[in-house]
Amino acid sequence: MITIQNLHKSFDDKRVLEGMNLEIPAGKTTVVVGCSGCGKSVLLKLIMGLLKADRGHILVDDEDITRMGRNDLFRVRKKFGMLFQGAALFDSMTVDENIGLALREHTDLPEDEISVRIKRSLDLVGLADTDLKQPAELSGGMKKRVGLARALIMDPQYVLFDEPTTGLDPIMADNINDLIVETNRRLNITSIVVTHDMESAFKVGNHMAMISNGKIVYNGTVRAFQKSRDPVVTQFREGRADLSSGSSREDKT
Amino acid sequence: MIFRAFFQKTGHRSIAFFVEMGKWSILLYRVIKSTGYLLKHRRLVLDQMIKIGVDSLPLVTVVSIFTGAVASWQAAYQFQGVIPGAMSLDFLGAAVSAAILIELSPVLAGIVVAGRVGASIAAEIGTMRVTEQIDAFESLAIDPVQYLAAPRITAGWTMMPVLVIYSDFVAHLGAFLVASFMLHISPETFFSSAKKYFLAYNVWSGLIKAFVFGGGTALIGCSIGFNTQGGAVGVGRATIQAFVFSSAFILVGDYILATILF
Repeated sequence: MITIQNLHKSFDDKRVLEGMNLEIPAGKTTVVVGCSGCGKSVLLKLIMGLLKADRGHILVDDEDITRMGRNDLFRVRKKFGMLFQGAALFDSMTVDENIGLALREHTDLPEDEISVRIKRSLDLVGLADTDLKQPAELSGGMKKRVGLARALIMDPQYVLFDEPTTGLDPIMADNINDLIVETNRRLNITSIVVTHDMESAFKVGNHMAMISNGKIVYNGTVRAFQKSRDPVVTQFREGRADLSSGSSREDKT
Repeated sequence: MIFRAFFQKTGHRSIAFFVEMGKWSILLYRVIKSTGYLLKHRRLVLDQMIKIGVDSLPLVTVVSIFTGAVASWQAAYQFQGVIPGAMSLDFLGAAVSAAILIELSPVLAGIVVAGRVGASIAAEIGTMRVTEQIDAFESLAIDPVQYLAAPRITAGWTMMPVLVIYSDFVAHLGAFLVASFMLHISPETFFSSAKKYFLAYNVWSGLIKAFVFGGGTALIGCSIGFNTQGGAVGVGRATIQAFVFSSAFILVGDYILATILF
């Protein structure tokens, strides 16, 4: 279980998170939505310990990662897998090396076993026979799949997805959504998906949270989010530029 | 008003300089702590030794042969041209050899490596920073300092002295060719003079400089790379910064080491 308490984060004068509180339920997919620049990706990086919080606590299985030293942080990170927005594959390595890196670094498994696991991971994301390719030879969707295979190779408890469908065509985006649903179903992991793609959010999520002005303004089920009459939620859900026109229209109904 | 702006700018730059020095020191400390990791991952160091050392050989060859050649030509001009007949060309071999071993090879090879290696390390790691690859290492619980910086800095420390020894030989060859074919000094005269005044300490001092310059260049490249911000423009800026800082480090470091060693 991941619990976020009174989390604050600023960059120079810009306050991104201002006292955020959120609980991520175990075994479910929580989708975090919000406008561009509202701090969704920052939240993921804070949960992974890639950024340091200014104030507040992030409890991962009751361990506060905001107070941890580097070695403990690395120990906790082994519970996580992360799919980055641009996949962040290592340019200088083949697909095989990208996926197998964590196994080679953290385990004493023989090369044969590592190869079997890499093949299994690639099969899981539907990319058999791409193991010797370089990241530059892959399409955007394939990169995301390899990034997911890399994130899953150590059998993590938690998987974080940063804008998994951004930059993909609608068919490929739907493929990635299916993959997230299928992965969660098969591996029974706790996932956090950050997105502003509402179609994706409704498809992959069990639970939803919305960030606005550095705080969580909605926290509940996907169904309740779809029916919410809160003006900020409604405006975002319906993609309206003007909050007042949205709420007035809401009031009339 | 102008004075205030001047002092503010100077103050900001001074603080930025000390912040940068602090980053280099912390990175150096973490690299030294990575020794055990590198012993287990020798392949990472070997790969970088090839990139920094072997791949720099063509450039070092060209720079060294012409450095030796011009040193020989200019020394002859100073021996005879500035004050005609003041000094015999019989001493040319000794003078050029000492200059190559103490100063020319370590500094010029160092600056060539700063341009080629320091800048490419900053560009490579900087690109990894802006494309979230450094974050990806962290997310896999792999320390990017151990995996990326420590092998590069270790390779810089070890390969730069090797490059300087190679540069010493090639520069001597360049000097000899000019002395022999352009200045008509016999090989016996050139080499007996060089041998007569040869000091092993000169070689060692050059190698100490090479060790410091090689490690420093890679360290600066890695530090600037890790702190890159702002996409392609940021990577371009980091590349230039790495070359400028490395070159300045070599020239200032050369003076400091000269005062300590001689």
